[in-house]
Amino acid sequence: MISLRNVSKAYPRSGDALREVSFRLGKGEFAFLTGPSGAGKSTVLELIHFQTRPTDGEVRVSRYHSKRIRRRDIPALRRRVGFVFQDFKLLERLTAAENVAFALEVIGTPRREIAGRVQRLLSQVGLAARARSRPSELSGGERQRVAVARALATEPRILLADEPTGNLDPDAAGGVFELFRMLNRLGTAVLMATHDADFVRRHAEIRRLELEDGRLVRDSAA
Amino acid sequence: MRALREALAGFRRTPLLCALSIGAIGLSLVILGLFGLVAHNIGGAIGDVERRVEVVGYLLDDAASEQVRAARRELEALPAVESVRYVSKDEALERARRDLVEFSNVYGELLVNPLPASFHLRLREGFRTPEAVSETASLLAAYPFIEEARFGDEWVERLFALRSAATGIALALGGGFALVAMLLIVTTVRMAILARGEEIEIMQIVGAREGYIQRPFLLEGAVTGLVGGLLALGVTRLAFVVFPARFAAIESLAWLPHLWTAAGVATAAALGLLAAAFSVHREVGRAYGPS
Ligand SMILES: Nc1ncnc2c1ncn2[C@@H]1O[C@H](COP(=O)(O)OP(=O)(O)OP(=O)(O)O)[C@@H](O)[C@H]1O
Ligand SMILES: [Mg+2]
Repeated sequence: MISLRNVSKAYPRSGDALREVSFRLGKGEFAFLTGPSGAGKSTVLELIHFQTRPTDGEVRVSRYHSKRIRRRDIPALRRRVGFVFQDFKLLERLTAAENVAFALEVIGTPRREIAGRVQRLLSQVGLAARARSRPSELSGGERQRVAVARALATEPRILLADEPTGNLDPDAAGGVFELFRMLNRLGTAVLMATHDADFVRRHAEIRRLELEDGRLVRDSAA
Repeated sequence: MRALREALAGFRRTPLLCALSIGAIGLSLVILGLFGLVAHNIGGAIGDVERRVEVVGYLLDDAASEQVRAARRELEALPAVESVRYVSKDEALERARRDLVEFSNVYGELLVNPLPASFHLRLREGFRTPEAVSETASLLAAYPFIEEARFGDEWVERLFALRSAATGIALALGGGFALVAMLLIVTTVRMAILARGEEIEIMQIVGAREGYIQRPFLLEGAVTGLVGGLLALGVTRLAFVVFPARFAAIESLAWLPHLWTAAGVATAAALGLLAAAFSVHREVGRAYGPS
């Protein structure tokens, strides 16, 4: 489903962010992406989401190849790969429901289907009751759930999360993590970047990809 | 519909900048429009004169009639020549007596006819430019029995020069303001994009198509241009109505051809679109591109 083959990424000024990274993530798998700050975790996620391209090597996501993908195919790829950020990236002037509706609208969902789907998505993340609240009226954990509901709007097969619990207290973080596990059990592959060592230790059963200085230094599945 | 609604929201967000853009593009087109009016009307005057332009060659008295007949056939065959009229010495004298009444006595007493015979060449449309005229004149002058070839009056050339100058100034000034207008639109659209930066980022992340994201901004540029163009048309029309009334000397000024006005307004819209496309390309074009 996702494969990186000898992927290197160099930035003009800061040099090599990734060096010869290779791994695969199968359908419905769950994996942590760990490593110290600056190790290249975000870069890996951005490459899989085609927000950036490798300097060398190849990234494949379902039937898309970084070397062959056409510009106009990228939106379709992104609809298959949901993305969740540490800082949520919700629109402050919109309610929870409107934030989710926004995603549905901009990918061309028929107007009459939107309200129903928003309600289902919010229920799925356990936030049906807060549909009319604005982000400023929600807790961090609730905000991240709205962001997850929005990421699920395109019915992605893969969910990428970049430190999704980084801004949350342990309780809220645990809740969001359980949400990911639930979605994973329903068939969505999840790749979650985190430097919450506690978390990773407590879930030793989950595959762990560890980066250090741009290199993949450990893959617990290998 | 959505794109148009959002383009209009852009106008509400930065009304001053939008007004400046519209004003600048309007001004550039008013300049073009006014000079266009001048050029068009000079063009009309030139057309009138042009039809009467003749190249005249005066024959030496001892020209052999064989040669003259042959030359006439050759001249008639020239691509630039519409017709060749031969005026004999007698006809010339006849005409001089008729046209210049005050001299009729003088001419009446003459024993020898001092006036030469002449060829009068009319040129075809498309060959009535100063260059073609003088070229035909020099062809005519090359015949050994032609004493002298003359053409048009100097003021035909002056009219041409005036029209070229008017066109040149209009293009330079109008072009200058059009450039300013485009820079303003580039900035306006850039502001609109920055104001919606968060939304654009989310659209790109969830997989909205590029066209969907860009359309409102492109439309904003095109609408700015279009409004500026229509404004310019209105102002030019107003000037056209008011101006001759003030300066009664100018009579029967002709309004611009519809093709010109339509092209002007369309150009304004196109420039707006182009400026917006430049901004859009720079500000949101990277999200799906390589690197
Ligand atoms: N857009 C960019 N331009 C230049 N350099 C970049 C860019 N993005 C990342 N880098 C560099 O690449 C390296 C890896 O960055 P990355 O953001 O992937 O690390 P990270 O593991 O996500 O770190 P953190 O835990 O702090 O988020 C860093 O040295 C960073 O400075
Ligand atoms: Mg990071």
